[in-house]
Amino acid sequence: MSTAPLFTVRIQAEDFDAATEAAALTRGRTDIGAVVTFAGLCRADDAPGGAPLIALTLEHYPGMAEEEMARLVEEARARWPLTGATVIHRYGRMVPGDNIVLVVTASSHRAAAFEAAAFLMDWLKTRAPFWKMEEREQERSWVAAKESDDDAAERWG
Amino acid sequence: MKILYFAWVRERIGREAEEIELPGDVRTVGDLAAFLATRGEGYAHAFENPKVVRAALDRTHARPDTPLGTAREIAFFPPMTGG
Repeated sequence: MSTAPLFTVRIQAEDFDAATEAAALTRGRTDIGAVVTFAGLCRADDAPGGAPLIALTLEHYPGMAEEEMARLVEEARARWPLTGATVIHRYGRMVPGDNIVLVVTASSHRAAAFEAAAFLMDWLKTRAPFWKMEEREQERSWVAAKESDDDAAERWG
Repeated sequence: MKILYFAWVRERIGREAEEIELPGDVRTVGDLAAFLATRGEGYAHAFENPKVVRAALDRTHARPDTPLGTAREIAFFPPMTGG
């Protein structure tokens, strides 16, 4: 088996399986000591007392989303000694409980895998061209960007 | 130049994309946003607060002072909310 690093970025409407993606990064290898898997899901609700969330629709910029996510992975590789990373972002309509985003990072040691996964998620939220529209009973609205997400992205310098 | 719009910028303007011949004095991303804001009610609404409209030039994030140069495609959109 090859021991070349594996770095993959995908934009897709279909669901993904986190365990399958993580296994693909380590198959046949003995040099990986740490794999971190982060999945982001569509959450049922944010607003106490508000109308329940029915669905989120993710819009994206098809030409740019993949390129920008690849740039983020390159940035992560420049900062941490990764042996592999997989980033998948879905688009389309998601209902509560559905998967939206997956980040898997693999490295010899855990610190790099943990930090790179957090970095990728923080930067992805503020730099990858995706927009969420919320659908609630009798209303639909675009989700506003959060300052806390900007702060999370900025902590990496 | 090909111009793309996403999310509520797209909805306010009422179209996803268009091809526009730029006036000679439109040199930067910010100049173009200001020019587009004069093209009608939907455009004015989309660009009413230029600080919350982001741009990408040839699929790379750009700032208001980024020169348009020889770019072929520009996109305007709200701050991103993926992940």
